[in-house]
Amino acid sequence: MAWVFCVAFLLTAVLIVFAFSGDVLWFPAAVSEFARDYDDHFVLTLVLTGFFFVLVHIVLAFIVVRFRPSTTPRSAWRGNMRWVWATAGTMALLDLGLALGSEELWGRLHLNEGAANPIVVQAIGQQFVWNMRYPGPDGEFGRTDLRFVNDEMGNPLGVDPDDPAGRDDINFPTLVVPVDRPIELKLGSKDVLHSFFVRELRLKQDAVPGILTTLRFTADTVGRYEVPCAELCGLGHQRMRTFLEVVEQSEYDARLQEYLDLR
Amino acid sequence: MSEAASIHAVTHAAPRSFITRWVFSRDHKVVGMQYIGLAILAALTGMLLSLLMRAHLAAPEAVIPFLDTVFPGGAPDGVMSPELYLGLMTMHGTIMVFFVLTTALQGGFGNYALPIQIGAEDMAFPTLNMLSFWVTLASYLVMMSAIVLAGGGPISGWTAYPPLSAVGEIAGPGLGLGQVLWIVSIALFCLASMMASINFIVTTIQLRASGMTMMRMPLTVWGWFTTGVMSLVAFAVLLAGGLLLLLDQVAGTSFFIPAGLIISDQVIDRGGGSPILFQHLLWFFGHPEVYIIIVPALGVVSHILAVGSRKPVFCYKAVVIAMAVLSTLGFFVWGHHMFVSGMSPFSAIPFSLLTIAISIPAGVIAITWPGTLWRGRLHYHAPMLFALGFVSYFVTGGMGGLFLGQAALDVYLHDTYFVVGHFHVIMGMSAVLATFAATYFWFPKMFGRRMNETLAKAHFWLTFVGGYAIFISMHIQGLAGHPRRYSDTTAFAFLREMQWSHEYITLASYGLAAAQLIFLANLLWSFFGGKKAAGNPWEATTLEWSIPSPPPHDNFAGVAPRVARGAYEYGSASGERDYVMQTDEAEARA
Repeated sequence: MAWVFCVAFLLTAVLIVFAFSGDVLWFPAAVSEFARDYDDHFVLTLVLTGFFFVLVHIVLAFIVVRFRPSTTPRSAWRGNMRWVWATAGTMALLDLGLALGSEELWGRLHLNEGAANPIVVQAIGQQFVWNMRYPGPDGEFGRTDLRFVNDEMGNPLGVDPDDPAGRDDINFPTLVVPVDRPIELKLGSKDVLHSFFVRELRLKQDAVPGILTTLRFTADTVGRYEVPCAELCGLGHQRMRTFLEVVEQSEYDARLQEYLDLR
Repeated sequence: MSEAASIHAVTHAAPRSFITRWVFSRDHKVVGMQYIGLAILAALTGMLLSLLMRAHLAAPEAVIPFLDTVFPGGAPDGVMSPELYLGLMTMHGTIMVFFVLTTALQGGFGNYALPIQIGAEDMAFPTLNMLSFWVTLASYLVMMSAIVLAGGGPISGWTAYPPLSAVGEIAGPGLGLGQVLWIVSIALFCLASMMASINFIVTTIQLRASGMTMMRMPLTVWGWFTTGVMSLVAFAVLLAGGLLLLLDQVAGTSFFIPAGLIISDQVIDRGGGSPILFQHLLWFFGHPEVYIIIVPALGVVSHILAVGSRKPVFCYKAVVIAMAVLSTLGFFVWGHHMFVSGMSPFSAIPFSLLTIAISIPAGVIAITWPGTLWRGRLHYHAPMLFALGFVSYFVTGGMGGLFLGQAALDVYLHDTYFVVGHFHVIMGMSAVLATFAATYFWFPKMFGRRMNETLAKAHFWLTFVGGYAIFISMHIQGLAGHPRRYSDTTAFAFLREMQWSHEYITLASYGLAAAQLIFLANLLWSFFGGKKAAGNPWEATTLEWSIPSPPPHDNFAGVAPRVARGAYEYGSASGERDYVMQTDEAEARA
């Protein structure tokens, strides 16, 4: 049994390291500087925790074989507190190292002043679609009211027809953004909690009815990225899909203009 | 405080009828076994639900026979609908968290062993104790009724976030009556837990036998005591949150429902409330809850490792203090479940720092395990197997916490299978391994028979391998960004590419479930025909091993034990025995 445990602990360490080594399933490609820095910090965390994880399992593998009744005299050793202090100190250092990197990332994401002149877009979720709204050439979102909500007639957010600011608002079912431009995404919901999750940006934020929450990003790679809903919202949660479409500036301008021309 | 006279403080006469002996019993041993029985029933139910979920995940278009008969309307043409999947998932989580994990080690083994281990005749309030079990059972029955009466229970997950859980059936199936019954069940569970906590706290403080100082208590008792304190505070808050949610459902209030909602083309315009407020209330309970689940396990494992190593616990005092620090810190980190919820991003900083700081007391406790084993003489009996397995799983699961506790990393990992894998490793596997260890350990005391060691070994290894196969794989699915609570992968290209991982995990889950049948078979076989156990088959030092197996009604036959030494005098005696019982007065040490 001792040897079975030894092998089991060693195999556990080896197989789990293999599983996390990136050959099985891994992050999709990063499409922003934040996402790349996220990956760096993630790998740092993986390496540090992985080191302790492997160390513990090697020690256990050694212990289960070394300390069998046939090879060990009785011992009443109650331990030495220096090991406790050493562990506490090591964990504290590990925590500090992780915290410094991760708080810096968090600050960049949510606390620091965002870029000047971001493109502001709203993404308002409902069971089970997303409604993106752009302010249009006037740069202002029109007033909304419950009374005007009419999904079938193309007014899912209830923009007030009498508000001039709303006349040039643009509704898209997907989030279309120009590459390399800072975006300020305002998330909301018409009914229950949803969550906007762009894997390639390494970003997620809940969409909460009653308030607007914010996500800021700058995407630097053209592409079309699936966006799943990441907060249980009902029986259609698993099919609530939209896309982040990162396009060239010219295409972005063309698509917005196309919408306005067709109105 | 702990005078010999206190042994009779809670004397109640030996029951005579079948009903008062085995049904409405105030004997903590019977109450404990009743809790364990309920936990086993709940575990089987929860496991069955998970097997149904896994079948659908592996084959979303598959026809499951009898499914529509058992859940009318939930599976048209026998194919599981998304709402049935979510209903099963909600029940799976709820049943496992509350009726298995929170119940088995604390209400079950805690009730059974704590009074004996401190030298008491029973808990401080035996009638309250009996009541706490029956209210827990009532809670379970109400939860079951939510499945059968409401056409499949609520679909809002065990976390029941509003507005989904607060506005009624308009938001989805099962969210009206089903959700209300769910809330009532949870409220009952809160009341039962708070009643039980009072017993754990008062009994430990007041009813210790003469000579049983706090620092001579076994670590199992420290675990149950600390958990009792946490439960009292945490469940009170859950009860409050649950009541407010119930009012939103049935009384037209809007604690958690913002104004101006449109759900399924219907306007719901209440006074205005905050969904995030519910999350604060839920997680203020919810994070301590996971420590309520794991701290008894820490106590049991530390204890069994000492018994199995024939050595004292490594730095006993450090374990006690670390347990207390961990439990306290656990009340200040609830926001790490809410990093992306829309709460103030500034609050993420302290929540994140405190969360990863929990690795300090957790690491201290973890180092004491190899410390206890070091220079020990390891006996690989059933309880020891599971205790060793626990060490591996706890360390692995704890590492996942270091990822999720960092707010910036959580932004990607939140609500993915990384989280699902994490909590299944640290709760679903670790706490369950500790529960198995406790079962194999105390079964001889409860029934006077040993459980079969060969079956136990088979059970352990299949469980150890199966658990990692399933739940590490879920961590990996999470790395790829697979969201949780999805009934199938069909709507997303990136998920369809990962469908193979669901098939593999489902196979492993059926294997893991089958392995538990070995445990059930062992339980039944041993109960009826297991080898008779001596009074102290593990050669352990604590008070329960100084009385017959099974113990008499009043534990110590009216004679209060006098404790002369600590709980871990192993390896020091010379001669045939390598241990000294706590009651042994010869060469007494502090």
